[in-house]
Amino acid sequence: MTLALVLLALLPLAWVFRFAGQRLTRRPYWRDMTFAVAYGYLLVAVLLAWLAWAYLQSMSADAEVANTYFFLRVAINLFIGFAIAAILFRLLGRAVGPAWSRKAFRQMPLTAAFGMLTIIVYVVVAIFAPLIAPYGQEQIIPGVAANILPGGDPALGGNPDFPLGTDQIGRDILSRLIYGAQNTVGIAFATTCLAFVLGGTLGILAATLGGWLDNLLSRAVDVLMAIPSLIFALLLMTIASVWAPRLGIPLTVFMVFIIAVIDSTRVYRLARAVAQNIVVMDYIEAAKLRGEGLRYLVFKEILPNATAPLLAEFGLRFCFVFLTIAALSFLGVGIQPPLADWGTMVRDLASFINFAAFAPLAASAPLLAAGAIALLTVAVNFLVDWMLHRSSGLKE
Amino acid sequence: MTEPLLTIRDLHLEGRTDEEWVPIIKGVDLTLDRGEVLGLIGESGAGKSTLGLAAMGYCRDGVRVSQGQVKFDGIDLFEASAGQKRALLGKRIAYVAQSAAASFNPAHKIIDQHTEAPVRHGVMGRAESVEDGVDLYERLRLPNPEEIGFRYPHQVSGGQLQRAMTAMAMSCRPDLIIFDEPTTALDVTTQIEVLAAIRRIVKDFGTAAIYITHDLAVVAQMADRIKVLLRGEEVETNETRAMLSDPQEEYTKSLWAVRSFKRPAKPAVAEGTVPVISVRNVDASYGPVPVLHDISFDVHKGRTVAVVGESGSGKSTAARCITGLLPPTGGEILLDGEPMAADYRKRNKDTLRRVQMIYQMADTALNPRMSVGQIIARPVQFYLGLRGAAKRKRVNELMEQIELDPAEYYGRLPSELSGGQKQRIGIARALAAEPEFIICDEVTSALDQLVAEGILKLLARLQDELQLSYMFITHDLATVRAISDEVVVMKDGRVLDQGPKSEMFRPPHHPYTDLLLSSVPEMDPDWLTHLLETRGVDNIGDAATDKM
Amino acid sequence: MNTVLKIILQRLGLGLLTLLVVSIVIFLAVNALPGDFAQVILGQGATEQATAQIRRDLGLDQPLVMRYFAWLGGMATGDLGTSFAQLNFAQNMGGSGGVTVVEQIAPRFANTMFLAGVTAAIAVPVAVGLGILAALYRNTAFDKAANVATLSSISSPEFFMAYVLILFLAVLNPILPSLSNIYEGMPFGERLTRTLLPALTLTLVVVAHMMRMTRASIINLLASPYIEMARLKGIAPMRIIVRHALPNALAPIINVIALNLAYLITGVVVVEVVFVYPGIGQLFVDSVKIRDIPVVQACCLIFAAAYILLNLTADVMSILSNPRLRHPK
Repeated sequence: MTLALVLLALLPLAWVFRFAGQRLTRRPYWRDMTFAVAYGYLLVAVLLAWLAWAYLQSMSADAEVANTYFFLRVAINLFIGFAIAAILFRLLGRAVGPAWSRKAFRQMPLTAAFGMLTIIVYVVVAIFAPLIAPYGQEQIIPGVAANILPGGDPALGGNPDFPLGTDQIGRDILSRLIYGAQNTVGIAFATTCLAFVLGGTLGILAATLGGWLDNLLSRAVDVLMAIPSLIFALLLMTIASVWAPRLGIPLTVFMVFIIAVIDSTRVYRLARAVAQNIVVMDYIEAAKLRGEGLRYLVFKEILPNATAPLLAEFGLRFCFVFLTIAALSFLGVGIQPPLADWGTMVRDLASFINFAAFAPLAASAPLLAAGAIALLTVAVNFLVDWMLHRSSGLKE
Repeated sequence: MTEPLLTIRDLHLEGRTDEEWVPIIKGVDLTLDRGEVLGLIGESGAGKSTLGLAAMGYCRDGVRVSQGQVKFDGIDLFEASAGQKRALLGKRIAYVAQSAAASFNPAHKIIDQHTEAPVRHGVMGRAESVEDGVDLYERLRLPNPEEIGFRYPHQVSGGQLQRAMTAMAMSCRPDLIIFDEPTTALDVTTQIEVLAAIRRIVKDFGTAAIYITHDLAVVAQMADRIKVLLRGEEVETNETRAMLSDPQEEYTKSLWAVRSFKRPAKPAVAEGTVPVISVRNVDASYGPVPVLHDISFDVHKGRTVAVVGESGSGKSTAARCITGLLPPTGGEILLDGEPMAADYRKRNKDTLRRVQMIYQMADTALNPRMSVGQIIARPVQFYLGLRGAAKRKRVNELMEQIELDPAEYYGRLPSELSGGQKQRIGIARALAAEPEFIICDEVTSALDQLVAEGILKLLARLQDELQLSYMFITHDLATVRAISDEVVVMKDGRVLDQGPKSEMFRPPHHPYTDLLLSSVPEMDPDWLTHLLETRGVDNIGDAATDKM
Repeated sequence: MNTVLKIILQRLGLGLLTLLVVSIVIFLAVNALPGDFAQVILGQGATEQATAQIRRDLGLDQPLVMRYFAWLGGMATGDLGTSFAQLNFAQNMGGSGGVTVVEQIAPRFANTMFLAGVTAAIAVPVAVGLGILAALYRNTAFDKAANVATLSSISSPEFFMAYVLILFLAVLNPILPSLSNIYEGMPFGERLTRTLLPALTLTLVVVAHMMRMTRASIINLLASPYIEMARLKGIAPMRIIVRHALPNALAPIINVIALNLAYLITGVVVVEVVFVYPGIGQLFVDSVKIRDIPVVQACCLIFAAAYILLNLTADVMSILSNPRLRHPK
């Protein structure tokens, strides 16, 4: 209701705003400004003002009011923090390194710098998880209470030894988050690689050879793609969950293969399309007429020209696989305990959300795990978006 | 009427590439009087289209004005408000684009798009405008002028659409029309009709026009005055006749001279010599659609056979049959008197080596990820088995043959080369196989005239040095004149006419050859007028009556 | 009009064929289970007799092909079989029969459709509107902000969005209920309120996708020479959009909408679980967990059918709005 009133009140204000601008300067920018743009400016101004107000509210002495705006303050702080980190990272990239990377950093938008920085941090954490994590991922620390609140402030139910608190059976959340990077990211990465080997090989072969192989594979992929991927994955996981104990193979291995196969259909489509665009080029015809064999055609002529789009697709596919695994784990059929995994952690800790009104720190635990997932996929997407933009921009 | 209609003063335009602004137009001045037609010519990248649009006060995305002014009838177009400019565009300044097929909205009928500007600008009502449109269609000699406007754009052929667009530009009787390469995408025989129609209607209504093209002969027919552009700068401006007969600047002279390159035809081969390539009664089809009917011609050692025809005539298909990419359904192709396997996959390495190909688009013919050296070295290694230093030496020799310095260009990627240089690499790759026969598929049509001439000269020299045989596929008769020994004329998948060049360019010949030959514009500014007289006006277009 | 009809019939036929093949794939996948359903149902310690009894009840003693056609026939006539879970329960209680799959799925299917409907009603206008705005003001601050926002929202897992929304709209500012326990006979207003939070979550995810795709297709369109031509004819910007861009944008936009509604199908599963919304997605996940094969099979087929149908709609719509096909030469 208030919202509608504010929006309505902005209408005449926007007109006044534009009129004032036109009066004060004679720049064509003001003269040609449409009403919608003027309205947009005011809308942004109001929004920023509200955010500032809310930020101040969060420091209010009244605990209830402060709690209500606590998460907003954290979000704003994080946003500013990330932006500063990205700016510093980009400055660093511009200053050091070989000429080509410095040039790349100069043209890089902030979002891509942020994406790259985040990915580097995740990779480092994932590789050195055992060194960084204070406790083991399955370790139930003796003598420590379960459900210690994050924040490390004993007055608020925290414990300085466990900065992010402990979970419902007394495991250190920070350690589990760090190990989660290794497990979740590692498994997603392996799955994506597998999907690429499978789909990429078949896609390029189909495009190069054409004929019945292409027809057969493409029809098969059409059918597999007609089943929504998460649904198909759930169906196959059901079956795998019966097989797994009989064969003595962990369910997680099944999951890797199932998701890789389902995702390889998407990779196949793209690889085939990319390769097909290359195959019609005259230089491929020239190579064929020269009498070159399949190996030479694929490895020397096609693949080098397909790397850029395939690399971008790898990023996007990785996000997709990562989210699918997270969703499966969240639903309880993905990565199996006791391996620490972000999706499972979200599910286990989800109920803490309801304490947010009086103990905001308690609610942050599940959000941390979910945020860890979101942060990585956002980062990869930012980077890929820039890569795609760059490669399409260079063509023009 | 002392003040000119359009004045451009010291105009600088910039375009954005890779997040940087680079100059496109560097200080051009231009004046245009009422009723005057100015020809704007230049090679690709000269900035002529950008300049043409700037004359309408319009910049495409990624282009901006950095300096200068454009004044139309006293109104500064870059100072005017969006509304003021809209009131001019379409009503007093109109535009005819290069591709009519893309510039008509596929969702609306032609006449609805025609009437839009007059109705919106309040020049006339819809009914009146429809009537006027039909009248314009008639003047432009479109077939069925009463009915053609009520079709959708995709239901009308390219040449007709181009005339319908000219009619649309005329719909408000503007003071100025910008023609942006209106005939470039058309075949020569269609081009004539459009040129004649445009010229007549511009004269009828006394409209001023800027005619943008890269084709000198076309501009000679259309313009009162010619302005030559080179890389965003003016080279010179003069009256058409003076410009043609007496160009002042070196660049202009070299442009004019291009068409004079002509290699003398070689003597006919002795009777009974075995031709390098002999195409005998070849039929071919794409799936169930037959595209070639009973094609026969011979190519002799050290000779060039030019295969001429408009788009869709089957000339490139004939080349695909010879290379084996499209196995013929009938007839045979002999190499040195020996029949070749129809499918290239069944040919041995040596046969493949002896027949090479050079492509039209050098951009797509070179692998963008391989360096120049790698591209040329591959056939050297593949066919001749050379490796290491011997391979490198041979590549250097080849690069010297195509007049590119190996020291400088060996490691470069194709994207770092100009269009002409890329085409030279394509030639070197074909030469590396040490072939006997080379198919040149429109090798010069994507190149600017000066560059194209260089390529033709290179090919002619190589032929003399290495006794190569060429099959030269082209639609451009100037190229045919320049390089061929024999000519094969194709239309609709058949050979209509063939013989030595000296006979082909002298009457009597087949009526289609005649049409083709006479439709190629010449530099003489009176050529079109004379041609229309000899053909009789009714021959142009399908409308029977001349309303003038 | 004849050619259009022919193409559409062709697409319909192809869609049906795909669905048929998909049903075979699903059926075979389920039959790849080790042993047979009877053992799965009763677990390892079942008696030989009980196993045989269930086998007969379910027709498991029939050959594979026969069972497929029986299942397919049942699907076509609306008989989706009997839920294992319910059957097992009924067996243990000494009764016979049990709850059929249809009885289980039907009400939940309606709930899911309601959720999807509410989502679409919010998401489609917002996404298309914002997409067009972003395309018109491309490369401005608004466009860049929208780009960052939509990329972030696409990248975030649905449950992250869901919990953030719960946090802000249910816990910190109790505007909407965080649990969507709707039931039959609930008044519409209340039902809507309870559906709003899951619908908003789905909206956030779908809007981002839809908006980006709309933006891309409009930008693509605005770059076409006939739009430039319209500008050069001095046509007002609003009219260019309405008269020149929209008729041609319809096909891509409809395509975008249909594709994203298809995407909704996947999103609905997670969101229903988070909000405990009694829809088909939640049933599916529950059935997966207790390995209730007939229900899993049926849900899977329903999801696939909806997915194929939406893609088919997109296809047909874009054919219908193509002037080249509507007005053949």
